[in-house]
Amino acid sequence: MRALFDTRGHPALVWIGTALVAIVLAVLPFALASIGTTWVRITNYAILYVLLALGLNIVVGFAGLLDLGYIAFYAVGAYTYALLASPHFDLHLPFWAVLPIGAAVAAFFGVLLGAPTLKLRGDYLAIVTLGFGEIVRIFLNNLSRPVNITNGPQGIARIDPFRIDGLDFSKYETLAGVFFSGPIKYYYLLLLVMLAIIVLNVRLQDSRIGRAWEAIREDEIAARAMGINTRDMKLLAFAMGASFGGVAGGMFSAIQGFISPESFVLVESIMVVSMVVLGGMGNIWGVILGALLLSFVPEILRWTVEPFQRALFGRQLVEPEVIRMLIFGFALVLIMIFRPAGLLPSAVRKRELAASAESRLADVRT
Amino acid sequence: MDVFLQQVVNGVTLGAVYAVVALGYTMVYGIIQLINFAHGEVVMIGAMVAFSVISALAPSGLPPLAVVLLGTGFAIPVCMLVGYSMERLAYRPLRRAPRLAPLITAIGISIILQHLALMIWSRNILAFPQILGTTTYFVGGAAITNVQIAIIAICVALMGGLAALVYRTRLGTAMRATAQNPQVAGLMGIDINRVIAATFVIGAALAAVAGVLYGTYYGIAQYTMGSVLGLKAFSAAVLGGIGNIPGAMLGGVLLGVVEALGAGYIGDVSDLCRYGWIAALMDVRCADGGHFILFGSEYQDVFAFLVLILVLVLRPSGLLGERVGERA
Repeated sequence: MRALFDTRGHPALVWIGTALVAIVLAVLPFALASIGTTWVRITNYAILYVLLALGLNIVVGFAGLLDLGYIAFYAVGAYTYALLASPHFDLHLPFWAVLPIGAAVAAFFGVLLGAPTLKLRGDYLAIVTLGFGEIVRIFLNNLSRPVNITNGPQGIARIDPFRIDGLDFSKYETLAGVFFSGPIKYYYLLLLVMLAIIVLNVRLQDSRIGRAWEAIREDEIAARAMGINTRDMKLLAFAMGASFGGVAGGMFSAIQGFISPESFVLVESIMVVSMVVLGGMGNIWGVILGALLLSFVPEILRWTVEPFQRALFGRQLVEPEVIRMLIFGFALVLIMIFRPAGLLPSAVRKRELAASAESRLADVRT
Repeated sequence: MDVFLQQVVNGVTLGAVYAVVALGYTMVYGIIQLINFAHGEVVMIGAMVAFSVISALAPSGLPPLAVVLLGTGFAIPVCMLVGYSMERLAYRPLRRAPRLAPLITAIGISIILQHLALMIWSRNILAFPQILGTTTYFVGGAAITNVQIAIIAICVALMGGLAALVYRTRLGTAMRATAQNPQVAGLMGIDINRVIAATFVIGAALAAVAGVLYGTYYGIAQYTMGSVLGLKAFSAAVLGGIGNIPGAMLGGVLLGVVEALGAGYIGDVSDLCRYGWIAALMDVRCADGGHFILFGSEYQDVFAFLVLILVLVLRPSGLLGERVGERA
């Protein structure tokens, strides 16, 4: 495997590889559309999950802070977009203005969560973030009285789609003889955003900030001794992770056209955590792989298991949704036991696990 | 009727159940410093099993109390089995892993248990058959039912029994020794694996009873009931000082009371019309005894989380905890 990807001394291979990937990604939606537009939509949601998983990876993978309420930032981004671009308040700001606002509001919430929890140890932090996620959801559900802000459990409908001049992303269009449906246009947009965020992540990981996060994850006290401002760095991790979630939330709002607190339940947070853990915390490509796997495999199962059950038993015994969740559950347990660093482990994480196994042999308690 | 006293009575009842669940968290944490995230699901399984047994036996003509006891009698061994398998399959292999690893498997176990329950008992809200006749007594302006009295009494008995087990028996001594230092305890001839498994099993048995009590108190059970209940009980354990058994009891009762009073009074307190100047400032119409309530009792669940966050920020060791929860 490694030899196959070893392109050192063969710069041409890099370009050929990149070109191949680019062609595949460009043609993909049309290939999927030929099976059914649903699959383009599924791909779009998968990309949204990639965005979320990359955002959470900053907090969990880079800085080592387990956040179980991450979906709250997605919700904040989604609701910010929905409130500023829908008939609910009769505001219709353009998306290029709303998305950054959503990211900023989400980042603010990230700091709001991060500030009081700075001193907490990993597992406590996880529970507090989980509580935070629930609080946000309870507020979204109930802030319809006395002043109707979120419209409660009914959610907000008729949210504006993305529009650039005359180009409306929710409508189909024929350009140069090629038919572009709404989901296909969103696909390209999402792809662009995803590529931008991947580049940002790769650059971030090797930057001064990224290395500071890594140091904090490895040993916070040592990091502080080395002159890293751990407080600011942790808050920055929360804020950045949250802002990515906010952007993803805004896009979700626009694509879906309707949001309600139902979309931001605890299970969603856990799903994103599963993606990061399965792929390999801290490894950007691993996280992307994890997000894609956990987005597509359940969908493929949905289309195969149900007909299979009907053929075999004459009726549906187990709902696809249940199978999906059981897969998540077993994936989490099995991965942690047999491959704790994830499918594509980050180099640091591998070293860390090897080291901790050795040191734990010497001393069971830390 | 006295609202304050009534809410205290309701809060103590609920808090007693929280306390019993919190004991499960705190015992496991005390021994292996693990937050058994899936503990709430064990409570749910207990309630569900009891529901099935009680519904099946309700029309049989057996005395109602015997039916409920039989339900509990079935729920306890099932939950003990769940607790044991959980420890054996998901936590024991990871005892030497970094500490986030068992937390993540715990989330996995919790999802698995929830959805297995969904497959068995459907996603509907199940109504417990109300076979126990309720009698209401009035004490100093507050109403208290015989079910509430029974719940409080059972919880107190369970806590007493557990305290006796931990502080008076050989197993309890072994548990406390393991909590202090597993390695040395092992050298003293204690089978640590057995002690840890026993801790999980005892916690699960307590959870089973708590599940039955919760189910009969509210009259309903659903496959999702475990997660919020578990979170609240965990908050209670942290409030009292995690790893500390009397702390879990205190924390549970306090949290129950805080929640009940919070839900009872938040509507009044956040009614802007009570504060004439704020209402005037915000141009709120309050004529003819009108109300402008910012937050109603639907925010009840927020209190437990707020308490959790406040305790962790202000006093991470909890009310009775001696260990300061800094870092590993």
